[in-house]
Order: sequence, then structure tokens, then C-alpha cells
Amino acid sequence: MKSLEDLKKMREEALKRVEMREGDKDYRVVVGMATCGIAAGARPVLNRLVEETAEKSYNCTITQTGCIGMCVYEPIVEVYGKDGEHTTYVHVNPEKASEILAEHIGKGHVIDEYTVNAVQNQGV
Amino acid sequence: MMEDLAMHMIEIIMNSIHANSRNISIRILDSKLQNTIRMTIQDDGKGMSEEFVKKVTDPFTTSRTTRSVGMGLAFMKGLTEQCAGDFTIESTLGVGTTLTASVQKDHIDTPPMGNIGSMMMQCIQADENIDFVLEYKTDSNEFLFRTVDIREQLEGVSMLEPSILLWIRSYINEGIEQAKEEMR
Ligand SMILES: Nc1ncnc2c1ncn2[C@@H]1O[C@H](COP(=O)(O)OP(=O)(O)O)[C@@H](O)[C@H]1O
Ligand SMILES: [Mg+2]
Repeated sequence: MKSLEDLKKMREEALKRVEMREGDKDYRVVVGMATCGIAAGARPVLNRLVEETAEKSYNCTITQTGCIGMCVYEPIVEVYGKDGEHTTYVHVNPEKASEILAEHIGKGHVIDEYTVNAVQNQGV
Repeated sequence: MMEDLAMHMIEIIMNSIHANSRNISIRILDSKLQNTIRMTIQDDGKGMSEEFVKKVTDPFTTSRTTRSVGMGLAFMKGLTEQCAGDFTIESTLGVGTTLTASVQKDHIDTPPMGNIGSMMMQCIQADENIDFVLEYKTDSNEFLFRTVDIREQLEGVSMLEPSILLWIRSYINEGIEQAKEEMR
């Protein structure tokens, strides 16, 4: 059975991770979740992102927002870098979410074929 | 699409978040004795006028009939009608909104409760600075979760730490399971 006391230890561990990184998280990952996003399966994407970031200690925080206004492309995942640059990934599913974490957050490589630009150019 | 009660509730809670609330409480009564599940979502956001409430809960008079999605209030109201329940909104401009939706617990169309821990995790991810309170009540038991208590323990560390979000999710689901068990 969990108790609020557990958080003390988790707090220490979180602080240690911040120290190792020497500062704040480098990336912010935002999932669009209006009703359209939920309907299009954004929820499992959000869950996968949080679970895998916890497990593999990726250097990012995961938040969610309302409708990003491109319902046909949902689920949408936006990745914001430290310098304000951002990448919009579209039609994301849990498997793609794992890849985005491994490549983009883990190695700093944008996965071009999953971005909104690539999809728009294909005329999908 | 909206296959469980948690998904309906998250729509309502998102409305509260977008109304600039600082405090949002979610109270769920899950009663066998009364054969009812009652969900109350209360916020201190910007509120709505009476006229506006009438409009937004009626999918046929609203100007938004062109949209097939994003009608959280109309969906919730429809659900309560389908499941022999009640639906009320009390709202005051500048003060806040209280929405109450109930369904008959053993009605054939009543969807399952869904993942309340995941719902609360999502709330925190939408705005970690809001004070959320979750109260889950059965006939004999009660589980209470408040983000203020979590923040107090974390002393400045963000609730958005993924490991902490996951802990919160299972803490809540365990608490609810336990409250249910003692109901049997
Ligand atoms: N808790 C609330 N506080 C203030 N305004 C609200 C609240 N809930 C709903 N509203 C208003 O009612 C409208 C309709 O809500 P909803 O049916 O969920 O559709 P949507 O959120 O897609 O507009 C919202 O756009 C908002 O203006
Ligand atoms: Mg809404």
C-alpha cells in the first residue's frame, strides 16, 4: 500500500537526477488532447510517453493541452527544445511515441517522416 | 468514443481548466444502496450566465452544431438521460461552476468507471498549478486525494516528474480499489 511518505524518497531521487543533468529538463513534450485527440487515441500516447520517460530517465517533461486545431492530424505530439525550436509530430501512436523519445529526446535526431511537414507534403 | 465515465469527466474538467480555475474538486459518489453514481465537478473559474448554460447544454440550439466533437457538456447530459440519471449546472459569472451528473449504477447503458488515476494524472499534466481535490465515496468508505498534500511532500520538486505522475496514478487507483473492497 502506498503512502504519502513515499514521496519523500521520490523527491530525493528526482533532485539527484536534476543534479546529474545540471539543471532543468531540456525538452518539453506536449500532447494535444481535445475530445478529437482522445477519440483519435491520444490517451495511450500520453500514458506511453510518461511511462517510458520514467523508466528510461529521458530528459523531458510531458504535459497535455487542449485542441491544437489540426484534428485530422491527431494524435499530435509537439516537442519543444531548450532554444524554443519546436517539432510537430502527427498521427502518433504508442510505438511512434517510443521512437520519438528514443531518437529525438535521447539522441537529438528529429524523425522527419513523422512530422506534420512530411505528412503535408505527401498530401495525406 | 467516450467509453467510460472518466473520459466524460475529463472533458468537464478540461472546461474548468480552460475557464481559468485555481481550484477544482471532483467528487464521485459510487453507491450500491442508492443505486447511483454521482459525479460533481466544482470550479472557481470564470463561470457562465444562465442563458449561456441553457445554450451550451442543448446540442440543437447551440451555434456549434456543425461540430461533431468538443461538445463535452451535451455529451455528458446525453449520457445522464440515457442512463436514467440527472444533470445540473449551477454557475455564476466571476464565481465559478458546479456541475452534477448522475447515472443509475446498474443501468445497462452505464459505462464503466474507467481509470480515475489516469484521469487525475492528465489533469495535473494540463496545469500543475491548479489545486485539485478528488473525493471518491462508497456507502461505507471514502478516499481523498489532494494535490496540495502532494506538493507539500515534494517541497519544490514538480509533480510533472514522470516517476511522480506514475506514482500518483497508482496511488489513486489503489485507494479507490480499497474503498470499493470494503463496500463488498
Ligand atoms: N466550467 C466552466 N466554466 C466556464 N465556462 C464553461 C465551463 N464549462 C463549459 N463552459 C463553456 O461552455 C462551452 C461549451 O463547453 P463544451 O460543451 O465542453 O464544448 P467545448 O469545450 O468544446 O466548447 C465552453 O466553450 C465554455 O465557453
Ligand atoms: Mg469542453
